[in-house]
Amino acid sequence: MHRFSLAAAAIAAMFAMAGASLPGAALAETTQAPLKDVHWAFDYPLGMYDQAQLQRGYKVYHEVCSACHSMGMVAFRNLADKGGPFFNASYPNSNDNPVVKALAKDAQYDAIDSETGAPIKRPGTTADYFPSPFPNTTAARAANNGALPPDMSLLAAAREGGAHYIYSIVTGDGTTPPPGLTVPDGKYYDPYIPGDLSSFWTGDPKKVPLGGFIAMPPPLIDDRVTFDDGTKATLNQEAWDVAAFLKWASDPKMDERKQLGVEVLIFLLIFTGLLYASYRTIWRNVGH
Amino acid sequence: MSEHVSTYEPKTGFTRWLDTRLPIVRFGADLMSFPTPRNLNYWYTFGGILAFCLGVQIVTGIILAMHYDASGTGAFLSVERGIMRDVNYGWLIRGLHANGASMFFLAVYLHILRGMYYGSYKAPREVLWLLGCVIYVLMMATAFMGYVLPWGQMSFWGAKVITSLFGAFPIIGGPLTQLLWGGFSVDSPTLNRFFSLHYLLPFVIAAVVALHVWALHVPGNNNPTGVNVKSKTDTLPFHPYYTIKDLFAILVFVILFAVIVFYIPDAFEKVDNNIEANPLVTPAHIVPEWYLLPFYAILRAIPDKLTGVLGLAGALGVLFALPWLDTNKVRSMRYRPAARIFFFVWIFFSLVLGWCGSQEPQGTVIPGLPVGPTIIDYGPNSVTWLSRIATLYYFAYFLVITPILSRTEKTLPVPDSLYTPVLSHGVAMPVGAAAAPETKG
Amino acid sequence: MADSLAHAGPGADESIEPGRRDFLFLATGAVGVAGVAAVAWPLIDQLNPAADTLALASIEYDLSKVALGSEVTIAWRKQPVFIRHRTPDEIARARADDHAPMKDPATDASRVKAGHEEWLIVLASCTHLGCVPTFKGGEYGGWACPCHGSVYDTSARIRKGPAPKNLYLFPYTFLDNTKVKLG
Repeated sequence: MHRFSLAAAAIAAMFAMAGASLPGAALAETTQAPLKDVHWAFDYPLGMYDQAQLQRGYKVYHEVCSACHSMGMVAFRNLADKGGPFFNASYPNSNDNPVVKALAKDAQYDAIDSETGAPIKRPGTTADYFPSPFPNTTAARAANNGALPPDMSLLAAAREGGAHYIYSIVTGDGTTPPPGLTVPDGKYYDPYIPGDLSSFWTGDPKKVPLGGFIAMPPPLIDDRVTFDDGTKATLNQEAWDVAAFLKWASDPKMDERKQLGVEVLIFLLIFTGLLYASYRTIWRNVGH
Repeated sequence: MSEHVSTYEPKTGFTRWLDTRLPIVRFGADLMSFPTPRNLNYWYTFGGILAFCLGVQIVTGIILAMHYDASGTGAFLSVERGIMRDVNYGWLIRGLHANGASMFFLAVYLHILRGMYYGSYKAPREVLWLLGCVIYVLMMATAFMGYVLPWGQMSFWGAKVITSLFGAFPIIGGPLTQLLWGGFSVDSPTLNRFFSLHYLLPFVIAAVVALHVWALHVPGNNNPTGVNVKSKTDTLPFHPYYTIKDLFAILVFVILFAVIVFYIPDAFEKVDNNIEANPLVTPAHIVPEWYLLPFYAILRAIPDKLTGVLGLAGALGVLFALPWLDTNKVRSMRYRPAARIFFFVWIFFSLVLGWCGSQEPQGTVIPGLPVGPTIIDYGPNSVTWLSRIATLYYFAYFLVITPILSRTEKTLPVPDSLYTPVLSHGVAMPVGAAAAPETKG
Repeated sequence: MADSLAHAGPGADESIEPGRRDFLFLATGAVGVAGVAAVAWPLIDQLNPAADTLALASIEYDLSKVALGSEVTIAWRKQPVFIRHRTPDEIARARADDHAPMKDPATDASRVKAGHEEWLIVLASCTHLGCVPTFKGGEYGGWACPCHGSVYDTSARIRKGPAPKNLYLFPYTFLDNTKVKLG
């Protein structure tokens, strides 16, 4: 029995080391308020994306976020892929899906006229990746007070806490700073951004506020968008939906992965059971 | 066993013809009938598991290379967009490859610990042990270079930090790092050569594995008692007994692997690696993969750069020297109660080093207590001082404790035969087994 | 004696009925084979065109640039495509041969769109081994392949040489009289 517990301890140690290396845990200076306690189905091992929520999230992204943030790894066709916001089983080829065809047509892309060679604009197709709001990162910085709005393709995967972090950041942005905290021009106080506010704090040095400053103005307010499914567009609802959409954008194969995982594990358990029975049969009555 | 006589008899005209020209069927048959100690426990299945891991890494790696673009501008995109989103099952194949590295190291560590516990490095298996150490070093090099390929922030800065270690050498340090980089910093040329070597090294590993298996088949397997095989009653043919046992162990391992790949595929991934490499910004907290953390902690524990690099190399070097540091004739720690305790303490300190490697060097160990007065850069209650203590034990275990203990330890009586403890377990004996003791040497 | 012990295995054990034992081994093996086959699929399927390749847009082409009696070769999905503006004489020749003996019989009408008979649009890869044929005129008035001498007529049907099939058709639609959408 102790052999198995040793093996289990080794595996536990492996995870512990992997887990212990999470940044934030050891950073003495950087602080951050605990992320808000929100939940999505996809937090759980077998939970999938909620398509209606992804559609609402796309609307928030499209009408609000995309004004400054690019999402260069997601193409219009991806929106109609299995597990995506506009997936429709009647269009197994996502490029035929009329919803995303229409969405793509509204976007404009640089092109070269095939006769004259002159630069022209053409409407987008399902194969096009989401257009970038700025021609390059320098222009993006220049238009945003020196701060670069990060590309959102992998944002939920590139931040500790994922969708929870995004939800907390978006709803915490523009929190009224506690008296004694000097907020620099063009910045906003956000308790959920990892930061070190001690040099901006004139109060008790033992009670430096948690969090940091963010260059993004508070992006969402109640009724910033109008949801097509009649859901009331409160700030929290918008943040909840857009965080889910960004999670989908960073991990579009999650539904497929979790589904296949169930099948693979059921198979493995059956196979392992049979193999164990064979193993015991072969070793039956063999001294060892 | 060297005295293993081939029992293969070609049955058809073709196999007889082939047997006198290329006896490959005989080779396979002899491997299958190889007499293997009958008392091998589950710890001995990690060899088979490791062969499986190497196979998975090579197959998935060759596939990933088909879709990968080894350039500074294209690498991140080809991985995060091409492989993860567009290539059919690309997400699965990368999930297997990236997490497969962690599974590989988990298995290799358990395999090494098993070898240390049962004294598998002792005569006549020193070469077997050395080849294993070579494989381990090659694995670390391969894993490190593979980690650079997705060209995320952690990839880039990991590469920068590790290659900069070579700058520690006096005089040649500077030119050496430029040589490694192919530039003035880690850049596209570095990525390209890492890709080339990352593709090459697994095949070198496979070749050394072949030697490792060869070196295993000359003396034959060690076993949990450490007692030599003395008669045929001590052994069973490898097939079907150990093929089926290894397969079962591999499947249990695969279940764990599958749970990770399908449900926590990012368990070992640092979030910063989902940001494309940026040579102008270092991530706030930079740590290597979990399987390199103990060595990273040793590197940081030593306050001088060159000594630190040498300490890191020495931590691996002592593994190579182990067969000559431990001269006790008793192999298995089952019969070495004192050595066993020092060994478990060594495992504990290695894990402590792993934890230290994941923390900030100035972090506190016991929360709530002050770090204390600064002694050599850090206070006593700091991660650095804990890793210094652990590093000291790590080296003392090999260089002081093991040599002394191997000469002075009073060992427990060792059974005459590896089969004796089997009998004492009270396992039902097959017909004819009662005659076995007579044949013992 | 010792020998029999060393090889004491399933064969030596009488307590399990052999039929049941064999069934267990067979079932285990069969499930294992099924597992290997299932694992093989993703490893093979990854070789198929990726989603971004499949999504390559259809293209539109302005036919007014192609003069009567001439042709253009353009790329569609990285493959060469002929767009030939046929003269009435070429059309007549093609129709006249509709019932001539051919390797891959097809009427000219089946190879063009009704109302747009002057436009012959085909994949420009010789059905033999994939070279791009050149327009030669000559015996059948159409193309000849420079690689192995296959000869196609004014409807791009194979008439002579090693190629087994007519030049392939592919989906396209006329948006109006001068605009065609390929794919």
